[in-house]
Amino acid sequence: MTRRKWIEASLGTLAGASGLAAAAKVADRYGLIPPDSGGLYGPGETLTYASQRLLTRHSLAREFRREQISQAPFCNTASWQKQLLEQLNQFSFADWRLSIDGMVAKPASYSIADLKSHTSRNQITQLICEEGWSYIAEWTGASLADVLDRAGVSPQAKYVLYSSFEQGWTDSIDMSDALHPQTLLTYGMNGRDLPVGFGGPLRMRVPRQLGYKSVKWINRITITDDRKKLGAQFPYAWYAGI
Amino acid sequence: MADSAWVSSLAAAAPGGKRIPRHSAVVRITHWITAFCFFALLFSGVQLVISHPRFYWGEVGNVNTPALFQLPIPASREAVKTGYNFVLPDQNGWSRYLHFQAAWAVMATAIWYAIHGLLSRHFRLNILPEWSWAELLRSLREHARFQKPAPSEALSYNILQRVAYSSVVFLLFPLMIWTGLAMSPGFVSAFPLSVELLGGHQSARTLHFFAALLLILFVLGHVAMVIHAGFANRMRAMTTGRVKEETR
Repeated sequence: MTRRKWIEASLGTLAGASGLAAAAKVADRYGLIPPDSGGLYGPGETLTYASQRLLTRHSLAREFRREQISQAPFCNTASWQKQLLEQLNQFSFADWRLSIDGMVAKPASYSIADLKSHTSRNQITQLICEEGWSYIAEWTGASLADVLDRAGVSPQAKYVLYSSFEQGWTDSIDMSDALHPQTLLTYGMNGRDLPVGFGGPLRMRVPRQLGYKSVKWINRITITDDRKKLGAQFPYAWYAGI
Repeated sequence: MADSAWVSSLAAAAPGGKRIPRHSAVVRITHWITAFCFFALLFSGVQLVISHPRFYWGEVGNVNTPALFQLPIPASREAVKTGYNFVLPDQNGWSRYLHFQAAWAVMATAIWYAIHGLLSRHFRLNILPEWSWAELLRSLREHARFQKPAPSEALSYNILQRVAYSSVVFLLFPLMIWTGLAMSPGFVSAFPLSVELLGGHQSARTLHFFAALLLILFVLGHVAMVIHAGFANRMRAMTTGRVKEETR
């Protein structure tokens, strides 16, 4: 290689690298970098998240007609959850509490009745499991955005963590999904109380993402701006809009 | 049959016709990236499918609804009754990461290849068949008899190859990408028609599976034909770009 070519190649690499660094900085400011952007699969995951954040800024999950509601929905509970289900079945739902803490002006604790006093929202959406199966149901709940608004969520907040009654099961979404009108703290399904097997008494419903983000048996919500606190529970991708 | 402009312009320059230019650098690079991505997508796709080896038609489907068909294989989830007494380990975490990483890589490669194919007239000269029933029948007869291809076929694709490559490039690949995107709840929230035109979420999944099967069949046929036609020379052409002149 001639000296001229070397200089050209180095300048080109330098320009490319600084361009990429600048792009990453801009992307981060606009919330286009997912928490699992590092590692071997970081590039693909970042491309997926960034492009969907841009494409789905104002989009709504598909809603269906009443007659499309599945007659045979499937509640996916593993054999190792048997004991947990028994525990939950004995639980009086009147005693269920949902606490909200972290970056909010008014940390609070709500009963299901409190949540029902919020404006209730209905949606007929499809639950799509990452395994490949799906069903359509009508979900009733309080909009997470309303609940966050009442708690006085900080403008610096970036993520909403939600924890399950099931030990050690926490997941999280960004504010874009947390404030989305279809993201519901769900307490009803197909016109009845949400059955335990389907996540009752309270399930997070995030219909623009795969089912594993719709965590069952929610009892705690934490608002944070620290992506280190998200605590990956899964080997699965954090963003599941896919 | 139309020879590539690339071949005809440079073949004349090759002294003694020993090593004849065959494939452009873009075609070779995109070919091997695509091949690499194909195996990554296939491997991860198999891992993903075994978590629910049942297929449905329409919008919804799960173990409580009748299946269109079920693959006779064990599953990686206990929820699916397969008749086997064991459950395979869940590999969906890294499999899905790999599947989408490879999908992005192959998408970028496909766009590069498509731009090149249009600008360099690669599609018109090398890929699209010049339609002739007589030529098609002749080629079919030749293939049916397992005849060794004529030396000239090392320099230009025959009509059956062109039909196969055109189908993969212009039909199967776009269908694969379309049906894949149509399974994404995020993507379809922005573009609902992408899944509605296919008949629903489960139809998209089933079509994705069949398109993958067709791609596997193509790759098997492709590799078999490369071996039949002369493995070393075809590999040399797709790797170094030059093909050794063949004589009967």
